[in-house]
Amino acid sequence: MGTTNQFIDTFFRSDLVARYFDDIAQATLVTIEVAACVIVTGIGFGLLLAIVRSYKVRAVNFVIVAFSDICRSLPPLVLILLTYFGLPGLGIDLSNFCVLWIVLSLVLAAFSEEIFWSGILSVRRGQWEAARSTGLGYSTTLFFVVLPQAIRITVPPLTNRTIVIIKNTALGSVIGVPEILNVASTAESFVGNITPLTMGALAYLALFIPITVLGRWIEAQFSWTRA
Amino acid sequence: MNLAHQYFDYQTMINSLPILWKGLKMTLLICAAVIPLGLLGGLVVALGRQTRLTAVRITVIALIDLFRALPPLFLLILLYAGLPFMGVRLSPFSCVCVAFLLNTSAYYGEVYRAGLESVGRGQREAARSTGLSYMQTMLFVVLPQAIRNVLPDLVSNTVEVVKLTSLASVVALPELLYSADMARAATLNSSPIVLAAAIYLAILWPIIRLASRLEHRLGH
Repeated sequence: MGTTNQFIDTFFRSDLVARYFDDIAQATLVTIEVAACVIVTGIGFGLLLAIVRSYKVRAVNFVIVAFSDICRSLPPLVLILLTYFGLPGLGIDLSNFCVLWIVLSLVLAAFSEEIFWSGILSVRRGQWEAARSTGLGYSTTLFFVVLPQAIRITVPPLTNRTIVIIKNTALGSVIGVPEILNVASTAESFVGNITPLTMGALAYLALFIPITVLGRWIEAQFSWTRA
Repeated sequence: MNLAHQYFDYQTMINSLPILWKGLKMTLLICAAVIPLGLLGGLVVALGRQTRLTAVRITVIALIDLFRALPPLFLLILLYAGLPFMGVRLSPFSCVCVAFLLNTSAYYGEVYRAGLESVGRGQREAARSTGLSYMQTMLFVVLPQAIRNVLPDLVSNTVEVVKLTSLASVVALPELLYSADMARAATLNSSPIVLAAAIYLAILWPIIRLASRLEHRLGH
């Protein structure tokens, strides 16, 4: 019985749970807020880039591919530090929330551009040719024939990639964004007890387990219809 | 002008080279530990997920979901701060490796799973009916095809592992990004981080290209 109490005292002390409940709940909202902003701008920008890329202007495509390759090769934390510590020296002051939002959006845009692009490529040539031969223009074909088919294929990989990237909201703790990890680990070192981190873990599980399960369901759903 | 000084100061980059070189060696050391163990761990996870033993299967699925739901940086901090409370003392290096391994085995496991599912049932049945044992069937018939089918995903997940190592800087393990950030703090100039970024790019960009080429060749 002694060990059980000791275990609870170490990992889940009730007075600390009560003291930090509101803080962690607040931090969870911040995490959700960053994640929602990143999903909207990241996927939106990625789709835009893939559309622009399909017009096949050489110079433009070179820039898009370079952007996508760089943002997919660099660890997001490197980009965050570059932006957060570098820009003030150039006279640009961004809040830490903005830095996290912009950097994660760029990373998600780079990955989703690549996913949308392979979706567009996977649409058979005949679809393009048939649509063009009925008199549709290039853009009309792209938007009404190709993209609807391409986007269907991209849903599973896009969902998985998005989940991976929004978990990077935890990197905000390095530059002081008051999200779950930041608030939990600050509280942990303040009280010298791991309870706040346990609460943080529960908050993450509550957020991400449903999303992971949803992702797996989407994957199963889409692969079944294709088979 | 200002931009050139803030991000591309030649002298600062030269001065930070020795410390970045040390950091790079640490980064490669983490990779050398985590990538092979993760590839192996993922295989164990994927096979555990397929077993007929319900208890094992459910435990494995629960663990995969757990480690995929926690952000890797959170997992790292949790182990780093939490293990001493449980009476486990690990060096920062081992702690980093354990945290990344838990995260990465779950991801490799999901990749292998997709690979195993892509091999038709008939392959197994045919192999077993020629008298091969379960182990032989797996090793010589199913796995070679499964791994071939998901090779691009294995490669791109490996890129993610290398990127993951940068998180070790948060617990002050002197890998590449940590060293670069030390140099940045000492010089109040971002050039060392740009140099570190160039090093990451030099290592990872060819691998990313390789992954997309493999993907196109397999006709995904």
